[in-house]
Amino acid sequence: MNQAANAEAPARSAETIVVDDPNMNPIRVAAKDTSVYYGQKQALFDVSIDIPERSVTSFIGPSGCGKSTFLRCINRMNDTIDGCRVEGLITLDERNIYDPSLDVVELRARVGMVFQKPNPFPKSIYDNIAYGPRIHGLATNKSELDGVVESSLRKAGLWEEVKDRLDDPGTGLSGGQQQRLCIARAVAVSPEVILMDEPCSALDPIATAKVEELIDELKENYCIIIVTHSMQQAARVSQRTAFFHLGILVEVGPTEHIFTNPKDERTHDYITGRFG
Amino acid sequence: MSTADAALTQKFDWSSESAAARRRRRHRADRRLRTIGVVAISIAIGLLGILIVSLVSTGYRAFVQTMVTVPVYVDPQFVNEDDPSKGNYRAIVKGTLETLFPEVTDPREQRELARLLTNNTQFMIRAKVVADPKLIGTTFDIRVPVSDPFDQLNKGVIDRDLPEDRRKINDKQIGWYDKLEAEGRVSTPFNWGLFVNSDSRFPELAGLAGAIVGSFYALLVCFLISFPVGIAAAVYLEEFAPKNRWTDLIEVNINNLAAVPSIVFGLLGLAVFLNFFGLPRSAPLVGGMVLSLMTLPTIIIVTRASLKAVPPSIREAALGMGASRHQVITHHVLPLALPGILTGTIIGLAQALGETAPLLLIGMNAFITSPPGGLLDASTALPTQIFIWADSPERGFVDRTSAAILVLLGFLIIMNGIAIFLRQRLERTW
Ligand SMILES: Nc1ncnc2c1ncn2[C@@H]1O[C@H](COP(=O)(O)OP(=O)(O)OP(=O)(O)O)[C@@H](O)[C@H]1O
Ligand SMILES: [Mg+2]
Repeated sequence: MNQAANAEAPARSAETIVVDDPNMNPIRVAAKDTSVYYGQKQALFDVSIDIPERSVTSFIGPSGCGKSTFLRCINRMNDTIDGCRVEGLITLDERNIYDPSLDVVELRARVGMVFQKPNPFPKSIYDNIAYGPRIHGLATNKSELDGVVESSLRKAGLWEEVKDRLDDPGTGLSGGQQQRLCIARAVAVSPEVILMDEPCSALDPIATAKVEELIDELKENYCIIIVTHSMQQAARVSQRTAFFHLGILVEVGPTEHIFTNPKDERTHDYITGRFG
Repeated sequence: MSTADAALTQKFDWSSESAAARRRRRHRADRRLRTIGVVAISIAIGLLGILIVSLVSTGYRAFVQTMVTVPVYVDPQFVNEDDPSKGNYRAIVKGTLETLFPEVTDPREQRELARLLTNNTQFMIRAKVVADPKLIGTTFDIRVPVSDPFDQLNKGVIDRDLPEDRRKINDKQIGWYDKLEAEGRVSTPFNWGLFVNSDSRFPELAGLAGAIVGSFYALLVCFLISFPVGIAAAVYLEEFAPKNRWTDLIEVNINNLAAVPSIVFGLLGLAVFLNFFGLPRSAPLVGGMVLSLMTLPTIIIVTRASLKAVPPSIREAALGMGASRHQVITHHVLPLALPGILTGTIIGLAQALGETAPLLLIGMNAFITSPPGGLLDASTALPTQIFIWADSPERGFVDRTSAAILVLLGFLIIMNGIAIFLRQRLERTW
């Protein structure tokens, strides 16, 4: 990465630097001037970003810069936090997700989420996957549900490992398996967007590799947004990268561009390890 | 390593005498703390031991009952054959005693003799005859309790060596009793009457059935009110209520409510349920309602604690799947909190079972000789029955008070045992 430390001194701009990519897929999620406040404290400042479908977008940036905060805006998980206020416009397929006519239950089914720490329900593996389809009424009978469970587990690359013990508790799996179970659970309701907040930070390198492989396959069908602290991971799995700093979206563009030719001084400093 | 770091390591010498002394002091403090703990536990167990020993040493006598088996001739001249419940059964008892003790003819002595058997002997005979009218005209054996003084004589509480005027029974009566015993008519079986009879003026007949049923009904009402209401209130406060000054105020008040002396709830029950709503006195329904006022805060507090203990990651997972608030609560949070809720509820009910003061105020310490048939019948409860018996002068009631306390403790142990069992059985790890 370092060889790209570019000669022309990067500017420090107040505006987000957007590097466009002519081959970019159509936009699925878009944010316009999104600000988030926790009580009096502003955590995000006028974030505007377009996120394409059928690709992986990674959010990077130093701790506390607002990556999770922004991610949680996209499926309105911030609604559950007392005193959290979101301003601006976020659209999913050109529809404002904060529109009162939009049901948050539907939104969260369409925008799935995988959390930093694997959090399977303390139920059987089968019930973990079947939960979403059940509450949303996606399967009409048992065999259909069985089908959904199997295909979800297959997509998450977990089927071979657990097919003989679907009735065992999901919490009895290893950490990496649990995280893939959570991904399978998110996939089971056929979401359009999958949000992943540091999905590999609790995993060992082998499990991480598996999850990354999985993300790579899932991107064929889903719009994936991943928060990561590992720049290698961002470089490996994502097509676009967004760099956040102190609540500001500093720079967003094709991943190779961000890592080889950052336009902003702060991005440059971050990816070269000058701060973080 | 910078020079400052080097200076720091040099300055502190772990092997110096003062460092060693400091470590020794810390170890001594550890040992002291442990010793204090052991002493405290020993005191607690010792006190409990004293309580149990003193209860058992007086109460064990009430678990057996001296009985005497006597022949009864149901003389047709004393009984109405069409309606056997009418008849002069007292005369039949008299006849029985005359056949057993033909030598006793003086009416005064006969009266003294009659005191050997429990006062209700005639009613026991009547009950048998009513159940089976064919007994009229025949002779059959019936086993009846002896009256309390002779029960105590048999159990060695009344001392034969005392001068006659300092005992409740005279030498002649002891002679008659000994004669019955010599004939092999006296036995001391397990006192089932303690569990199947209700209260009575006569200790030998008094039992806890009415109190147990009354307590059961009261606890049932208490559970039916406080469990759903408590859980609903706790779920609302924990999951839905905004965190503001009002909910803080409610929280403080609930915690205060849990600390209000129970007699206050009794007064409230008296003023509101009895005087204002006109519900019947002494009814288990009212008892249960008053007890639920006490149990409710406990259940709310325990439920909130259990809900709080459910890891937030589970809520997030469910919310993130698009579960609605009520689905998150009913599918995930409540099932995970249930072991804690149940444990707390049982402990709350156990407290309610032992609660006396509020029940006294609403009149559940009445003298009632049959178990309540329903929630509105007058009844006693276990603790109030203990209260009544503890107030009775007869020697037999002293034993029965201890026995009743043991029975109450037994129920408490069972309930707490269930709570522990549930906690271990249902507890999940995640
Ligand atoms: N629930 C909350 N209440 C108040 N402030 C919050 C809350 N969550 C986050 N913040 C604040 O918002 C800012 C952004 O937090 P956020 O969690 O989005 O950072 P992040 O980029 O995800 O960091 P990390 O990489 O450490 O996860 C931080 O300053 C944080 O202190
Ligand atoms: Mg974060």
